[in-house]
Amino acid sequence: MTVQTRSLPAPLYAARNIVTFLLRQPTSAFGLIVLAILIGAAALAPWIATHDPYVQNLGNVLQPPGNGHLFGTDELGRDIFSRLIWGARITLTIIFLVTIVVGPLGMIVGTVAGYFGGKVDLVMMRITDIFLSFPSLILSLAFVAALGPSLNNAIIAIGLTAWPPIARLARAETMTFRNADYIAAARLQGASSLRIIVKSIMPMCLPSVVIRLTLNMATVILTAAGLGFLGLGAQPPLPEWGAMIATGRRYMIDSWWLVTFPGLSILCVSLAFNLLGDGLRDALDPKQMNRR
Amino acid sequence: MSVRRTRLRGILGQITTIAVTLLGLLMLTFVIGRMMPADPVRAIVGEDATRETYEQVYLQLGLDRPLWEQFLRYLGDVLTGDFGNSIRTGKPVIEDILHVMPATVELATFAILIGAGLGIPLGVIAAVNKDRWPDHVVRVFSLFGHSMPIFWTGMIALIVFYAALGWVGGSGRMSQFYIGMVPTRSGFLLIDSALAGQWDVFRSAVNHLILPASLLGYSSSAYITRMTRSFMLDQLGQEYMTTARVKGLSKGQTIWRHAFGNIRVQLVTIVALAYGSLLEGAVLIETVFAWPGFGQYLTNNLIIGDMNAVMTCVLIVGVIFIGLNLLSDILYRLFDPRTK
Repeated sequence: MTVQTRSLPAPLYAARNIVTFLLRQPTSAFGLIVLAILIGAAALAPWIATHDPYVQNLGNVLQPPGNGHLFGTDELGRDIFSRLIWGARITLTIIFLVTIVVGPLGMIVGTVAGYFGGKVDLVMMRITDIFLSFPSLILSLAFVAALGPSLNNAIIAIGLTAWPPIARLARAETMTFRNADYIAAARLQGASSLRIIVKSIMPMCLPSVVIRLTLNMATVILTAAGLGFLGLGAQPPLPEWGAMIATGRRYMIDSWWLVTFPGLSILCVSLAFNLLGDGLRDALDPKQMNRR
Repeated sequence: MSVRRTRLRGILGQITTIAVTLLGLLMLTFVIGRMMPADPVRAIVGEDATRETYEQVYLQLGLDRPLWEQFLRYLGDVLTGDFGNSIRTGKPVIEDILHVMPATVELATFAILIGAGLGIPLGVIAAVNKDRWPDHVVRVFSLFGHSMPIFWTGMIALIVFYAALGWVGGSGRMSQFYIGMVPTRSGFLLIDSALAGQWDVFRSAVNHLILPASLLGYSSSAYITRMTRSFMLDQLGQEYMTTARVKGLSKGQTIWRHAFGNIRVQLVTIVALAYGSLLEGAVLIETVFAWPGFGQYLTNNLIIGDMNAVMTCVLIVGVIFIGLNLLSDILYRLFDPRTK
């Protein structure tokens, strides 16, 4: 390590270490690369996309890949490659919004339940259990049915169903160091419960919550795509990958490219998150770090 | 005496927990049902009913009562087995669901057999070869199954194995040709056709079942593999394994007799839980394969906005999940000597 890297602020230094660790393994490196491509595609969509994702060209429908259309055209003559690139923005929006709903929500429920224990814990964990007693897609379906089908409602529905595992985890973590000396010290100094939870407990839960969130992202993407496929998520003409598969389904026997490429995109991104979560678990696990 | 008493208290505690969870479940479906944009009165009386008829049905449904009273009424209805009628068919929802359930159970049962048959050996192999190449291969293979959008894999499989290669049947439970040839007795097509001695239908049914069941099974094997691996690692790291080796038992004997023997109970509970989560995949795969089961029933009713049907489906899934959790708990208690 050079002196220069040491002068980096501590969190950045840690992040750099984690990224180095992730890149060293082929599986998690794949995850990182796919994620980088996804972000790049979303950010640079107007420059990468070769065509307008919404412009129809009825004289040029169901063209196979090649001939100026990298992945062919769909039933309305729209360029599939360009739609996939613009669709990356939708996928990232879903990931981002679900994360900022689910992370804090699960963390608050879990830490509060774990810190106070007793009746508070009992009530909160009962509620969590009720939500956990559904597979996430089924509960999201029910919420979307109630709210009406749209991309925003799909995100809300997924957010409402994805927090319980995070809450469970945060609670378990909180309980392991609820009685630690440094918490007792903070209490003796007169810190309020709110202050202890926010300042002392939440930061300790953060690493495992981040791993769990990353692993959950794969499920979130699959649920969102499933909702889109069932016509309950993003609505046409939005280039959401699940919805693209749904419309391409009618033509799939003769025009395989309509469903193949959007599906591959979903598969890659969800696989990337699974591999990344796996790698992060190794990277942030102190036992693994020592063995390296 | 005291052991029995604590046991009794444990069982009582569990019953209360389940009752509370069920109550919460009902509250959740009630709230979601009330949030639905579809007007339940309009759905019954139709678009061009007079104002009087509308008012009458409105009062009949008790929609003028306070919410808690409506909830109690809903609770009472559900407890007496009345889940309301389907708007589309006019029959009680629960009857319709029982009618489509066997198709899904048949699919899910085959899927779980494939999933467990694939996942458990792979998990053992991965654990025994920890951090060597078989472990990595198994890990990527099972993560792949966990990452694929099952509705898409279903389509690709249809394109390849049905349209291109012609190895399996297409969508539905059997070929169009055979529909209506077998009298329905149990609702399980394989059993019904075998009972009727219609082996052509039986073969057609197997042909149609194999693809969706394999895909569902593969997707559920990821979870089973991962859990088997971690259970096995726990056992393999223990001292009795070394003792058994020192005593002169072969590696295979210690792995399969000792270690695997000890994780069987845990595996049963895992497989039971995986069986429940197959319902989720079933919703999507049934849509792709036009499989006339529970999942298709749920999505069809979602699209037309039949509130009673959708909420009853959601409720049933919740009850199945709670039931499977309970079952795996009981199995654990019954078979694991350490819990005695």
